[in-house]
Amino acid sequence: MNELAITVIGRDRPGIVADVAEVLAGLGANLTDSTMTRLRGHFAMTLVCTGPAAAEVEAALAPLAAEGQLLATVREVTPDGEVPPVGEPYVMAVHGSDRMGIVAAMTRVLVDAGGNVTDLSTRLAGSLYVVLAEVELPAGVAETLVDRLDRTAAELGVEVTLRPADPDLL
Amino acid sequence: MTGEHSGPYAGLGDWTPEALAVAGEIRAVVSAPHPVLSRVGGAVDPTSGETVRLAADLVATMRVSPGCVGLAAPQIGVGAQVFAVDVTGHPKAVTVHGTFVLCNARVVEATRWKPGREGCMSVPDLTGDVKRASRLVVEGDLPGSGASVRLVTDGFEARALQHEIDHCAGLLFLDRVAGAHAVYQRKVYL
Repeated sequence: MNELAITVIGRDRPGIVADVAEVLAGLGANLTDSTMTRLRGHFAMTLVCTGPAAAEVEAALAPLAAEGQLLATVREVTPDGEVPPVGEPYVMAVHGSDRMGIVAAMTRVLVDAGGNVTDLSTRLAGSLYVVLAEVELPAGVAETLVDRLDRTAAELGVEVTLRPADPDLL
Repeated sequence: MTGEHSGPYAGLGDWTPEALAVAGEIRAVVSAPHPVLSRVGGAVDPTSGETVRLAADLVATMRVSPGCVGLAAPQIGVGAQVFAVDVTGHPKAVTVHGTFVLCNARVVEATRWKPGREGCMSVPDLTGDVKRASRLVVEGDLPGSGASVRLVTDGFEARALQHEIDHCAGLLFLDRVAGAHAVYQRKVYL
């Protein structure tokens, strides 16, 4: 069995998830991790599954894209297994006036501190831009990182907070 | 639990906005990314006429804003530690102190943290999941008399108080959301 990474992006309509999942089930491909959302109204789905050859899956998904409203891509990926965490989980929240380069500059500060972004979402609501990043940070860097984030945020004219993520284990 | 205490810190007693004895004006509510929302508000003299008028304006603006359970001075463009709260009739409220205004408020005890969904008039298009204390003790000053009060509350009123105290410290709920996917586009059903 191959591990496949599939993306489906395009104009939203009811039934895309069911259509894609049916095609995959019909091929005996087993959905593992997946995420789907709407980005500025566009349908966006990324999933990993184990199944037959990438070309076969892509051909089976092609009818969904036939009207030109959806783009489906399939590629084989190497199962990497879980990457061990680099440290403690934190949440970085950034908000302010929309401008170019906010995500680039703020995540670069995280990377330079040895951080690894594990989840990210951004929203533009009117002129308000919001970035939320979950990031694993090496032990002991958070305190000095806050100063660097504050400086970069000030240059961009945005606000930033960095807080430990609360896993809420039950 | 009513939050009434004796000693240097009393509860609200029979305080109502009528005690301000001025008619509040309805003020425009500012939205993020307005810089006043991200500045730490200044401490105020709760007995000054300026603070009393601000308190009355907050109550008046809160009352004409549908669904508004709290409004802080930065939201009407004033960088000051003053806010109004009224969760009366809200289905999630347990303890309810009616309509009140606090100046220079601070959290002195916060326990039983629980997640919940919050919105904000200054972030009109988004909501977010934020963990807040569901048992709360807050101290502050009443506008007008300047009396020091200690409020003991819980549930939704506790959440509203923490949200407003955050505004006075230059923080939005966006600064406290639980994770990368804890902010939601506010749904508009036509």
